[in-house]
Amino acid sequence: MPLLEASGISKVFGKLTALDGAALTVGENEFHGLIGPNGSGKSTLMKCVAGAEVPTTGKVSFINSDITAFTPTERARAGMSLKFQITSVLPTLTLYDNILLALQAQCSLFDLVLSRTRRKLHDQVMTMLTQFRLADRAHDAAAALSHGQQQWLEIAMALAGKPRLLLLDEPTGGMSLEERRVTGELLQPIKQHCSLVIVEHDLDFIRDICDRLTVLDQGKVLASGTVAEIQANKSVQEIYLRRA
Amino acid sequence: MSGAREAVARISEDVVTREGTPAASAPAGRASAGWKVLPIVEGLVLLIALVLPWVLQDYLTVFATRVVILALFALSFDLVWGYAGIMSFGQALFFGAAGYGVALMARDLNVTSILLILPAGALIGLTASLLLGGFLLLGRYPSSVIFVSLGTLTGSYAADRLARGWYYLGGQNGIPSIPPLTLGSYEFEEGPVYYYMVLGILVVVYLLCRFLVRSQFGLALAGLRENEQRIAFFGYKAQHLKAIIFAIGGTIAGLAGSLYAFHEGFVWPNMLGVVFSTQVVLYVLFGGSGTLIGAVIGTVIIEGVSFWLSDNYRDIWPIILGVLLLLVIMFRPLGLISFVLGERERVGSFGKAPKKESGNAAP
Repeated sequence: MPLLEASGISKVFGKLTALDGAALTVGENEFHGLIGPNGSGKSTLMKCVAGAEVPTTGKVSFINSDITAFTPTERARAGMSLKFQITSVLPTLTLYDNILLALQAQCSLFDLVLSRTRRKLHDQVMTMLTQFRLADRAHDAAAALSHGQQQWLEIAMALAGKPRLLLLDEPTGGMSLEERRVTGELLQPIKQHCSLVIVEHDLDFIRDICDRLTVLDQGKVLASGTVAEIQANKSVQEIYLRRA
Repeated sequence: MSGAREAVARISEDVVTREGTPAASAPAGRASAGWKVLPIVEGLVLLIALVLPWVLQDYLTVFATRVVILALFALSFDLVWGYAGIMSFGQALFFGAAGYGVALMARDLNVTSILLILPAGALIGLTASLLLGGFLLLGRYPSSVIFVSLGTLTGSYAADRLARGWYYLGGQNGIPSIPPLTLGSYEFEEGPVYYYMVLGILVVVYLLCRFLVRSQFGLALAGLRENEQRIAFFGYKAQHLKAIIFAIGGTIAGLAGSLYAFHEGFVWPNMLGVVFSTQVVLYVLFGGSGTLIGAVIGTVIIEGVSFWLSDNYRDIWPIILGVLLLLVIMFRPLGLISFVLGERERVGSFGKAPKKESGNAAP
């Protein structure tokens, strides 16, 4: 049984059909890339999976339950996490507090009011910050970080709740080459406990990090398979050449 | 395409060898200057408040008592707007409802004991805010700021109209001659005793609020205020958080309203309506929303200045006050408190002082 299975997903915005029967299947501990030309519906499919959009038709199952109608909060509690395309770290809070905010999300209200998990979570906060190479800036405001660092902070926050599935929408957007390479490095270790869906324009990045790919074109799945299969696929090569 | 890909790979290798690990060059967390300003301001305000009845004439102590009660009311709005980002344009609804409630208890049931009146006032505020908050905030999807602000405004306005038209509540005139608040056989008359009593309550509520906003719950509120959608994706029940803080705000407003009713000796429809609702917004914006002391300072200054202006510039004082408010809101959107309080201290840090790490970060 796959971890995530979305099938027959359609999404219509007014007269625009963004998705037309798209599907996505992700297994345990699998890094899955979602690629396709601009306007192919990658981000919309991601949003339907994450709960930021409700699909017009179709069904999303996650860990054996139908989550199509779940709110983002319910999805998060079921073990799904999302990193937004536009960085949305909380700029006025310190890095430390950004991570703590993410870590304590599932604490009871009682614990929060009495700050009972603050000490317990301290080590986890520092571990996350160290893992994402941000520990020495723990007490700076998040707004003071570079764009790339904000993306890492955002990924760290998305991972804080120990999700089973992490959705990354263009994690390397606006990053330098060096930052992209480091991002790949930072993501590798999480494979032991988490699957990943990545929407990304940078095909090199995708190829390096992903196990399987799904290619979308005009709201439909054009191909899905291992990286090698996709690279050998004629019609995939065609759409990329056509639009290049 | 593959040629380009190889080129990219080569370049990125170059970068790696030249730069080594990235992003490690940033300076360690600087100890923000002036981290300790807030307690000093709070201490000063308390000190001034404590000596006030000794230096003021009696009629001014009565005025100061009113200001302290209004500061309590301002705290309730500050929690809701300044900390949780819920635009409540109807905070007076809870203030006035409690005022009317306790006035009726005194008039019809002869209940004036402080031990019953204050809990009753708080309870009325709590109930009213739970009902309105539940309706406005607890939808399946987040309600917009506009919806909440119009909803609260409408609630407050409707209550005002209702009170004006309802004979049982005294109509336009409200409920006059409320007897003094009592404790056993002791009667709280206007003056220093009433002043210190409400000051004590303000301090206790202030400390409770301070504890709350600096707790991990306070961190959740900060997240709520900054980006409600984001924290929902973490798994926070954002609507519940909002309803809870709205109810706490309503409770405090109810407490303030019942103290106000007994202090003034009467209640009237304005207490429920738009006048008081907008007044409290101004207190908080003027002093500095998102800081508890800002709400208190804003109340004291606005009330103090209007008192002084209305004495000295009988005809044009509202215009002067209006211009002053406008200037502050235009040029100091974070309120007067931002003259002395830095950004970091205003927002606060919720992580415990890092003893286990290098120890060079904020104290």
